[in-house]
Order: sequence, then structure tokens, then C-alpha cells
Amino acid sequence: MLRYVFRRLLTAIPTLFVIVTVAFFLIRVAPGGPFNQERGLSPEIKANLEAQFGLNDPLWLQYVHYLGNLLRGNFGPSYNLPDFTVTELFAKGLPISIQIGTSALVLALLLGSVLGTIAALNQNRMADYSVIALATAGSTIPTFVIAPVIQLVFGLSWKLLPIGGWGDGALINKVGPVLTLALPQIAIVARLMRGSMIESLRSHHIRTARALGLSDWSVVVKHALRGAVLPIVSFTGPAAAALLTGSIIVETIFSIPGVGRYFVDAALNRDYTLVMGTVVVIAVFTIVFNLIVDLLYAVVDPRVRYD
Amino acid sequence: MASETILSVKDLRVRFQTLDGAVDAVKGININVKAGETVAVVGESGSGKSQTMMAAMNLLSSNGEATGHVDYRGRNLLTMPKSELNKVRGRKISMIFQEPMTSLDPLYTIGNQLMEPIRRHRGLSGPAAREEALKLLRLVHIPDPERRMKSYPHEMSGGQRQRVMIAMALANDPDILIADEPTTALDVTIQAQILMLLAELQRKLGMAIVFITHDLGIVRRFADRVYVMRQGEVVEEGEAEALFANPQHAYTKMLLAAEPTGTKAPPPANAPVLLEGRNVEVVFKIGGGFLGGEPLMLRAVDKISIRLKRNQTIGIVGESGSGKSTLGRALLRLLPSDGVIRFGDRDISEADRRAMRPLRHELQLVFQDPFGSLSPRMTIGQVITEGLLVHEPALTGKQRDQRAVEALREVGLDPNARNRYPHEFSGGQRQRIAIARAMILKPKVVVLDEPTSALDRSVQKQIVELLRKLQADHQLSYLFISHDLAVVRAMADYIIVMKQGKIVEEGPTEEIFGSPREAYTQTLMNAAIDSTRFRMSA
Repeated sequence: MLRYVFRRLLTAIPTLFVIVTVAFFLIRVAPGGPFNQERGLSPEIKANLEAQFGLNDPLWLQYVHYLGNLLRGNFGPSYNLPDFTVTELFAKGLPISIQIGTSALVLALLLGSVLGTIAALNQNRMADYSVIALATAGSTIPTFVIAPVIQLVFGLSWKLLPIGGWGDGALINKVGPVLTLALPQIAIVARLMRGSMIESLRSHHIRTARALGLSDWSVVVKHALRGAVLPIVSFTGPAAAALLTGSIIVETIFSIPGVGRYFVDAALNRDYTLVMGTVVVIAVFTIVFNLIVDLLYAVVDPRVRYD
Repeated sequence: MASETILSVKDLRVRFQTLDGAVDAVKGININVKAGETVAVVGESGSGKSQTMMAAMNLLSSNGEATGHVDYRGRNLLTMPKSELNKVRGRKISMIFQEPMTSLDPLYTIGNQLMEPIRRHRGLSGPAAREEALKLLRLVHIPDPERRMKSYPHEMSGGQRQRVMIAMALANDPDILIADEPTTALDVTIQAQILMLLAELQRKLGMAIVFITHDLGIVRRFADRVYVMRQGEVVEEGEAEALFANPQHAYTKMLLAAEPTGTKAPPPANAPVLLEGRNVEVVFKIGGGFLGGEPLMLRAVDKISIRLKRNQTIGIVGESGSGKSTLGRALLRLLPSDGVIRFGDRDISEADRRAMRPLRHELQLVFQDPFGSLSPRMTIGQVITEGLLVHEPALTGKQRDQRAVEALREVGLDPNARNRYPHEFSGGQRQRIAIARAMILKPKVVVLDEPTSALDRSVQKQIVELLRKLQADHQLSYLFISHDLAVVRAMADYIIVMKQGKIVEEGPTEEIFGSPREAYTQTLMNAAIDSTRFRMSA
């Protein structure tokens, strides 16, 4: 098992290298640079700045420098927020995005699984149709519609929640963003769970459990559910990577100082170092969560062994 | 043994709601089971024999509905509330199934699954249930039960899993054990062991057994009384001995006559050798690769030599995993192999796909699965004439159509069927189509890989007869791969017995069946064709 983890982490290195390289050159292909702003800097100042950040060096040299810094854990300074290094920006924003993302993920997994299971147990009956309708709505209404509606109803009309802001992490400030982020995921989990639960309930070993006169609880929870969560486990890997690295829509609408905004903002401003930092963070999250999921898989299903 | 009736099925009807409307699977049948006796419910696939017992146990799929009476000691199981029913299921009446590979939960250990019904029905504590579970594993002769308690189902063979299923079913000392085709998915030697085990357990524990089976051999050897079912109705019932000696209903007579009979005479001694393999070897590499470590080498066919003469049928028998199918494929050069393979006077050992193509029409293959081997999106005419496009491209469309008509006639199908699609045909008809597809190319050698295994006995017999007729008409040579010894005996004049990639024994059919030399062959023979009656409860 340990050998497997080691091997997987080893193969992560070339993966990361490829991602960093592709991203580095891709963003440079885009026209413009970090200091081409609307108002325009005087040519002297611009030249100074570019010299200071080494942007006049040949591209391959910049690439080598960047890789060297990256190996030492140095993501470089942000070009557009010059008071901060990229590392500092993530140190501040990432915990916030992780809090919101984790809450949304847990909520989605719990609620989605329960809804999906209820639907499967009542296949083609009222409860099932209600869950399907809800799930369809949840996955079709975009977050940029859900978020303002939550603000409008719970914030403005009923005054139950603040309209936005982080409020130093007060619980009440998290409700809106977490709900917005979780709703589509709940829908996906519910659909997945319904499908795999229906299949699981039809399997031969469930027939055996029924034939042995086991209680409904044991048949459903102990035997059917454990087999049915496997697709959910697979789903959790990429979903966790996506949710925990922040969402631009949710963070912008609710004014949350997370890292979700950085990706788009940085790319638009050609803030090369910040773009690269975001790419590395998302890549690492994706690799790590996929590994965790594969390990979890082996815990749930004894047939999966990594030796 | 005059004993009371404990299970009585009265006017049971089972109806399924399907997209094509309601289907009546069971149409008002009556079955009685007395304490301690063995009852067999016999019928071919679709006769409703399984659904009868599924209905009794309330295990029908959700679109099924059962009406009538299934009375267990006077109480109707069909109308019993679920909580009450769960005190009967698994305790008084228990059931084992056809699919030992999938009937256990793959995610829990054997011990865990075995203890569950014990704790549930007898309310024993953990350690006491564990003791009880160990006792059960010993009862069903699982070696090393302490260790097996911690095993997962995938770590056990099919036979062992079926033993565990039996242990679970017997955990609470039931009155009735329903066995739904308990040995069909197992190899013949394992089948015999499981049947012996059931007989032994019945003697020890005294429960009644209801056998649901299509295998008349099992019925003949084990059952006290028999119900013959066909299309949802019981067409005949009676004492097993009387029924076999003097069947009344035409369907029963047909079932009994469906055992393949006859033998094949060997070809003349001077018949030319058509296909020859010398020291044929097939090795599969498992695993290995990038960071994967050393691959595992599996020797599926281990230095086998074989000579197939014109108009000869060589039967290759062995259990699953013995390498018999692999050998057949290697001889047709469908798999890379070592050793020498000759077809006629040509050495084809090194022939690649291109070099083999002109020979393919003389070397044909018919598969086991008549459902999977026909493309569902092609008409029968397209399916069987596809080979002609490759091998006789000069033919006009009209000539190809003529050949299709001839080929279909030859295999006993209506030539008008050629514009229809595979799903419109039954299993037996599809196997005829697969045979027509091979025959249209006028082959010399046909490898038949379990061509009758997926079919009901009565259909099997027809296919066997068809294959014999085609052989006689066209001087064909067959390589007949099968685990079904009764069919092999009727088809082959020479037999090769394989085990773990090697030939255990070979010789003329009469000799192998008359006086098998090797212990393994004897086990195989005993397991399959033991006509001595062996009563479970006498």
C-alpha cells in the first residue's frame, strides 16, 4: 500500500512538470503583458518594471528561472498586486476557499446521498420523481442565478443572512456561498446515487440478503449502500479539487476574499506568476484528491488492492 | 415416509408488467412439499420454475406480482406482513441460487456474512455467532475455516462460494431448502461435490429440499417427486421413478428423449491429416509494465500435439481454465503460439493475419454465445454473406443471395429469415445462423467452441444432429470443445482430456468413456455420467 502511494506520488512529478510547462508557454502566447494597462504607463516606467521582473530576458531563460524558483517553493511576486507575493496571496485566500468548499462538499455528499437513496428506494413513485425534478433544477439553474436569488430572498427581504462579505469567517456569512456552491453538487450526487443504488438493489447478493430474512435496514444500509457509494467516491476526487480551489462566481457575488477570483483576474491581467500559482495549486489539489479517492476506494471495496 | 405437507403452493399466478404488456410467468400451479423429502421442479428456460419459488420467498422483481396461496405450515407467505415474513425467510425456508459468483456481498468477509443471519434469527452474541459460523463452515467442508472467516468472496472459487451459500442457508436449521439451479454455473466435478454435500446435509439435518433444475441427471439421482413445468404450467407430476419409467405428457417424453445419443464412427485409418499441431504452446503475460514489476507468465496451453484427420471429430474436454478454448484458437492462428501448426501440407506456424486470410474460409470457428457473436445491427443475410465478400469477391449480389438461401436451408432455417435481425430469433436459431455463417464458406475444418452450452437440452439435441448431418454431407473435420461430456460422447470419435493446459489423457471415445485410465478423467466421468440412482432420502 505504501509502495503504491509512493509510486503514485512519483508519477505526479512528471505530470506536474508537463502542466507547468504547458501553462507557462500558453499564457505567454496570449497577446499583451502585465503592464499593458488601459491608462498606459510611460514607456520608461514600463521598461523599468519589465527589467525589474526579468520580462525582457529570452522566454526560455524566464522559464528556467521560474522552474528554479518553483523548486525552491518560490512562486514569485504578483505583478498586479505588487505588495504581495503569490505565496502570500494563497496563504490568505486559500483557507477561506477551502472552508467554503469543504462545507459545500460535505453538504452535497450527505444531502445528495440521502436524496438519491430515497429516490432509489421509491423508484418510479412520487418521492423518486420529486428528487429527479429537484436534481434537474439544481443542475440546470446556474450559480449566478442562485446566488442573487439567495441574496435577494434571505438577505434583502427576510434579513436572515448578510448579503455578502466574509465577516472574518462568521458562520452566518458562509451560509449563502456554501448553499450556492453546494446546490448543483447536491443535484449531481443525488442523480449518481439514485442510479447506482437502483443497480445495487438489483444485485444478486441483495437477493441473498432478502432471502436470509435480514432486516430492511441491514439490506439497504449495510449491503446495498456500501456497494452504491463507489461511484460517489470516484466523483468526490475531481469535485473536491474543483470546490476547494474556490469559485469565481460565488466569491465575486458574495464578496468573499478567496482564491477563486485569482484564476480569471490574473489571466485577464496577464499576471503571469499568479496564473502559474493558481495552475500549480489546482493541479496539486487534483492529483492529491484523486490519490485519496483511489485509496478510499480500496477501503470500501476489498477487491481493489494496490500491490 | 408418511409425513405432513409443510409447503403447499395453491393456484399460484405470477404476472410481470413489461413494456410489451403483462406477461404471465406462472399460470395457476399447485405444488406440495412434505417434510424431509426432495422435490424437483423441472423445466427449460422460461418455464416459470424459478419465478414460482421467487414468488414464494417474496423475491420477485418490482414489476412482478404473485397471487394465490403459498402456505407454509398453514400460513400464506404471500399475504404475510414483511416483518413476519422475515421470521420465515432464512430461518424456516432458505434458498440458494444459481450464481455463486455474485450471490455473496463482495464487500464483506465470509465470517461477517455468515454471522449475520445467525445473529438476526437466533439473537446470539458476537462470539457465540462466530462459533456457530465456524461450525457451519466445517459442516460444508470448507478447509481451514478459521482463516476462511476472514476471506472475501473474490478470494474463493465458485464451488467454495456455493458451499458458503449453503452454510448461510442452513445457519438456522431450516425446514425447507430451495436450491435454484445450484450447480449450473459450476464445473462438472464441483457440481458432483456440491450435490453430494447437499445429500449428506439432508441426511444429517433432515430438511426438505426443493430442486429447481433443467438437469434431468440431477432429478434422476436425487428427487423423490418431480413436477415438470412448461410455459408457466405444471404439465406432469409424480414419483421420480415412475415418471422416468413411464412419462405421460408429451413434453416430459420429449425432455427425456432429449439426452444426446448415438456415437460417431472414426474415419478410415488412411484418411489424410488436415490440421496438425506439434508442441503447441500459448503463454499469457499478466501484469508488468511501467513500474509494475515482474509480469506473471501463465502457460495456458503447454506443449500439446494434436492430429485432426478428414471427417474426424476430436472432442476436447476439460473444466473452465483448462486451456481448451485457447488451444482451439491457437490452432486456427487466432492467437500467437509457439510450436508447429500445419494445415494440409502447409506450415502455418508463422503465418500472420495476411497470410492466413486466404485460408480462413477453410478454417472456421463457431462460438458458444449465440447472442454475443451475431452483430445486432446486421440482417441475417448480411451476417452470413459477410465472409463471401472477403473470400469470393467475384460473386455478384444475386449469387451471394443464392448462397445465403442454400446455407440457411442447410441448417434448417427458413430462407426468408435472411432479411430479419438476430434479436428476432431464439438461442437455438441463432446458433444455427452462426453455423450457417461458417458453412457458407464451404470450410474443411470447423472449431466448435461450446456450441451447445448456452442452449436447453432439447435444442442441444437438434444442434448436435444438425452438426452430424453437415459433417456427413461435406466430409467436415470438427474440433469440438465442450465441458459437457454427454454431448461430446455423442459427437466425437476421439477425445482429448485437458487440465491446466496439458493433455491428461487421450484416445478413442469408447476407450475414454469405457475405461478411463487417469484419476482425473475418472472423476470427470463419474461426475457427469453417473447413471446409478443415488437417493438423498431413502
